[in-house]
Amino acid sequence: MTTTPAPGADPYPDSHTPLQHVDLTDTGLPHADLQHPGLPHTYPGLPSGAKAEILTRLRGALSGEGRPERVEVDRSYRRTRGEGTDLAGLFAERVMDYKALVLRADPHTMVDSAATMLRRAQVRKLVVPPGDRLGWLAATGAELVLDDPPLTIDQLDAADGVATGCALAIAETGTIVLDGGPDQGRRVVSLLPDYHLCVVRADQIVGTVPEAIARLDPTRPQTWISGPSATSDIEMDRVEGVHGPRTLNVLLLA
Amino acid sequence: MTAVRPEPTFLGIPPFPEAAHTALADLHLRANLRKATHTIRERRAAVVGEMPDWEKLRRAGAAIKDDVLAHLPRYLEQLEASVTAAGGTVHWARDAAEANAIVVGIAREHGTDEVVKIKSMATQEIGLNNALAAAGIRAWETDLAELIVQLGHDLPSHILVPAVHKNRAEIRDIFAAGMGDAGRPAPDGLTDRPADLAEAARQHLREKFLRAKVAVSGGNFAVAETGTVCVVESEGNGRMCLTLPDVLITVLGIEKLLPTWQDMEVFLQLLPRSSTGERMNPYTSMWTGVTEGDGPRSFHLVLLDNGRTDVLADPVGRQALRCIRCSACLNVCPVYERTGGQAYGSVYPGPIGAVLTPQLRGINQHDVDPQTASLPYASTLCGACREACPVDIDIPAILTRQRAQLADLGRGPVHRGEQAAMKAAAGAFAEPWRLGLAQHAASFSRHFIGRKGKIGKVPRLLAGPLAGWTASRDAPAAPPESFRSWFKRTDGGLTEGDPATAGSPADGGLEEL
Repeated sequence: MTTTPAPGADPYPDSHTPLQHVDLTDTGLPHADLQHPGLPHTYPGLPSGAKAEILTRLRGALSGEGRPERVEVDRSYRRTRGEGTDLAGLFAERVMDYKALVLRADPHTMVDSAATMLRRAQVRKLVVPPGDRLGWLAATGAELVLDDPPLTIDQLDAADGVATGCALAIAETGTIVLDGGPDQGRRVVSLLPDYHLCVVRADQIVGTVPEAIARLDPTRPQTWISGPSATSDIEMDRVEGVHGPRTLNVLLLA
Repeated sequence: MTAVRPEPTFLGIPPFPEAAHTALADLHLRANLRKATHTIRERRAAVVGEMPDWEKLRRAGAAIKDDVLAHLPRYLEQLEASVTAAGGTVHWARDAAEANAIVVGIAREHGTDEVVKIKSMATQEIGLNNALAAAGIRAWETDLAELIVQLGHDLPSHILVPAVHKNRAEIRDIFAAGMGDAGRPAPDGLTDRPADLAEAARQHLREKFLRAKVAVSGGNFAVAETGTVCVVESEGNGRMCLTLPDVLITVLGIEKLLPTWQDMEVFLQLLPRSSTGERMNPYTSMWTGVTEGDGPRSFHLVLLDNGRTDVLADPVGRQALRCIRCSACLNVCPVYERTGGQAYGSVYPGPIGAVLTPQLRGINQHDVDPQTASLPYASTLCGACREACPVDIDIPAILTRQRAQLADLGRGPVHRGEQAAMKAAAGAFAEPWRLGLAQHAASFSRHFIGRKGKIGKVPRLLAGPLAGWTASRDAPAAPPESFRSWFKRTDGGLTEGDPATAGSPADGGLEEL
């Protein structure tokens, strides 16, 4: 069966009418139709036998003489950095390798440090996620704009910058992970403004990627950020600053 | 319906030797390629070198992918169930036409005449942009390199950096000439500074991101256990496409699965270091179905076969399905570095393309066209690709298997000269006197020695079998004296005489010939 539309013909004469999807090849596994009645609908003109045929082809490819052998995965690669690694120091060094500014501060100096960074980046209007964890930034003199109710795309685009916390950070790769927690907000909030101030507590820093994966919840939307937006597309030279925030500042709290 | 201009395709590209011949003559292209591949090679070597457990990660990566391939039906159904449970919709596509029809159907259902796209090999493979164009829907490429290719009405030449064959001055010209037709024009007086070019792309694409209703992406990984899909990128164009539009359509090759969330810990180390030569790429996005109040309200996952089940059926060739599209093999390949990617006539160029493209086009099953049949020969079999591969794909083994498949069935490029040379060699080795005669003939061949003491293209009339052999490669010059005659003259080296009397090769002088 082919789905290539005939030239000039409209292959979807009735594409706005949801059809009930009846899959006669149901394998007994949880199925879309059972869990979400009405979803998904198929698109008129499309064959519904694709799944069955692909699975049949796969089973054929995996049977007979060339059948693959059973594989054991050896996970003896490193899970942690060695004992005694200064994780905060390593994290700061690796983030700076991406040409992001890192300042270390404690509860006494954090307002001054944040104010310094915001002034340097000429940020006055600073978006903060709902939840009041970053309310202390008001003391820097910046005008805080709470994303509650959600700001429009244009409002976000017009802001000077955004401040967020993070879910965790990875020292070895200089990575900050956001997962939509109360001090991080929607993904788009940390994307549209041209400046991102991320507040990282030293106790949020893990050594390696495996440690981070073990701690993160895959059902939450995640954004892993390693330095400001960049490209290597021109002669494979790295240039900082394309679509995401062109300036990334990290305030590292001891 | 407004007419949308179709993009160029690889259709009609000649077989590799011919295409390579044209590319090799382009000194400008060779300079661009050399600079780019060497830059990234060094960066990769540095960040791989600092990982003491790199080999263990590679082996784990290969094993995880082999496990995926061995149980693909089960993992695919598990992925479908978990994505559906998280609020996404899963579609299955046997081939390019089906996948394109699904994407076109979804875009039409949402009444849009444009989509924004994240760079994706799968959508290039199926020619999605032209399928959308045929339906009157514009596909805006948002990756910087893809934008360069699209605005220049060009073809991609690299998996990671499709515009690697263009230098900064050429990119400036493409932006200045092409942006106005596609939307916001390039600023007046645009320079060729990379930062200015990136800024021009930012300005040009911003309005497209902010108004788009539908986005199309590929996917680097999809976790069967959780339904999580991952896109790895640098510029933030991916994040824009994944969070701003209402509808997200992801086209995913069926081999892109990982069984568990934990498996991400291996691949998020292997991929960035192998690909861009960074400890981590600037942005990695992971999402599971749809999230209330954050990102698209509707998520469609299109699972694409398009020849992959045929690749899986081949016990040697199936390891090509481990590929995570990092492009490390391109950057270290002596052939790719000189010919560039377009000579391979496929969206998958370089060593991985030479093994994947023929298989996706059915070389394991049936006859293939001459262009496809030329790809297994687009390699010196030096093995640098396998060494660089983060999932240890034995590319040389697959290449030799494909050459054997072609030769056995008499389908490969027929090297009459090569066959004649082999026949002649068999005859020469049959009797000692014949070998002696052949060696005298070999000494005579020194009259054709070119620079660096190699025999280049030999005049056909004179050289007989050697002409076929040297049409596509140099043969080392034969020594002036054969081992046999040296052994005879010096009594096995016991009475080693003055080399001058034996006719010194005087190599320094030969360089000038």
